[in-house]
Amino acid sequence: MMQYVLIGIFAVSAIVGYLIINNVPPLLHTPLMSGMNALSGITVLGALTVTAVALKHSSPVLSVIVGVVAIVLAMINVAGGFGITARMLKMFKKEGK
Amino acid sequence: METLLAPVVYYVISGVLVAGVLVGLSLMSRASTARAGNAISAVCSVIAILVTMYNYRILSSAVIWISIAVGVILSLIFAAKVKMIQMPQVVALLNGFGGLSSALVAILSFSQTELLYLKELYDPSKYLFSAYVSEVALIIGFVTFTGSLVAAGKLHKVLPQKPVVIPGHTFISVALIVLTVVSAYLRAPIWITALLSALFGFIFAIRVGGADMPITISLLNSLSGVAGGIAGIAVGDLMLVAIGGIVGASGLLLTRIMCKAMNRKLSGIILGSRVKKPAADAQAPEKPAEEEKPAEEEKTSLTPGEILSQAQNVIIIPGYGMALAQAQSNVKALFDKLEEKGKTVKFAIHPVAGRMPGHMNVLLAEVDVPYDKLFEMDEINEEFKDTDAVVVIGASDVVNPAANTAEGTPIYGMPVLKAGDAKYVIVCNFDDKPGYAGVPNTLYKQKNTIMLLGDAKDTVSKLTGSF
Repeated sequence: MMQYVLIGIFAVSAIVGYLIINNVPPLLHTPLMSGMNALSGITVLGALTVTAVALKHSSPVLSVIVGVVAIVLAMINVAGGFGITARMLKMFKKEGK
Repeated sequence: METLLAPVVYYVISGVLVAGVLVGLSLMSRASTARAGNAISAVCSVIAILVTMYNYRILSSAVIWISIAVGVILSLIFAAKVKMIQMPQVVALLNGFGGLSSALVAILSFSQTELLYLKELYDPSKYLFSAYVSEVALIIGFVTFTGSLVAAGKLHKVLPQKPVVIPGHTFISVALIVLTVVSAYLRAPIWITALLSALFGFIFAIRVGGADMPITISLLNSLSGVAGGIAGIAVGDLMLVAIGGIVGASGLLLTRIMCKAMNRKLSGIILGSRVKKPAADAQAPEKPAEEEKPAEEEKTSLTPGEILSQAQNVIIIPGYGMALAQAQSNVKALFDKLEEKGKTVKFAIHPVAGRMPGHMNVLLAEVDVPYDKLFEMDEINEEFKDTDAVVVIGASDVVNPAANTAEGTPIYGMPVLKAGDAKYVIVCNFDDKPGYAGVPNTLYKQKNTIMLLGDAKDTVSKLTGSF
């Protein structure tokens, strides 16, 4: 049951996201994409979950290593994505400023 | 695994955080509020990470904290150093990291579910669903990973930028798709499915040419989100599912915009119907040949300096050639001088005037061109006919009037900037050869066009000094 609810949430958030992002002007499409890099890093939540399970159930070391790699990669996206986006947006200035 | 928070509490928190991210994204609709929007999304993400760590009792785990610290430190160094011209390959690389991370989550989720199932601790009715969902996340994750690495490699020029086509390319692509699906359906060992999808990502991206990159990285941006969202379904994380859906939609939206702006079909990019180069003599609207010389004489006798001194309003059209020549600062100097002399100056930005959506805007913002001087094609295209002078810098296909007339060529029907409608056009391009699409540019032959060939850095500075 829960799984079908999740599929529904996936679809609804995609539609809502589409409508909201449709308002982003082409001027900001590059920062938008690097912002999306950051958000795709939110897969770190999944990485944390599976790594937590691996740690608690004394799974083979390999599972923990795979989990750790997933966390590192996802965090590079989160921190790097938001950082680069912030740096880029700082450059956008109006005349006279 | 037991969680500390009751599921309902966790769902409510997730819902609030997703709403926060959506508010952040809606603030991205204006340049003046975008920074606040980015900050809100970032704060929501950090809270989500902490809540998840609390929920799974790993707030005290050194392994977890060290992994997080390594990722954050590496990326912050990277984020501070990276140059704006490198933004396409950076986004491509991060698309790949996101994809691989989601694929690894899927692998662990798959093996953990299987373990519980074998111990008869997992509801058999849910097991198959969960296994297949993990496989889908794994496939999309690996396709995104290898596809993005190849795209980043091409953009960073460590791989050939021209499309690499191997014999039977389309057949191999289709065969790999079929094999991947079959392997997942039969639940073959997971590394086989992973390998097949990684191969497809490679084969798909290797045949994409440099100018098609805006479409490709938009698509991979979308896929990195979809992989995360589906991995979220596999591990049952509501927030990951919702955010994955949002990222997927955003990438898809940009992919559509880019396809339209480049007059390409998405299926053509994926399965690689190549851009048809027009036969040398057939469709070319005008033969570039020696007998052009007389035409040259009819050209305006005014010098570029005279044109610019007389002009009241000027539109500058930057293309990727400007970025390749690193002439942004020179263009800014030209812009400053024109404004100093009391002229109205605007920039006209074609949607594909870079290697990724919006790239040109960032490059110009970097050299302090105010963003209210940057205009999108649809906003400015009707103004060209009332414009005294247009300066084209390193752009060809996006100003080629042949796009409206040369039927059967790759650019036919592609929306272009109507530079030729202006009183005078000054073109600062490296050479007068056709652009990427291979269609001779009829703008160059117009009477009101003056060509300044060579390195844009030199030609633009000379132009700046000439009035």
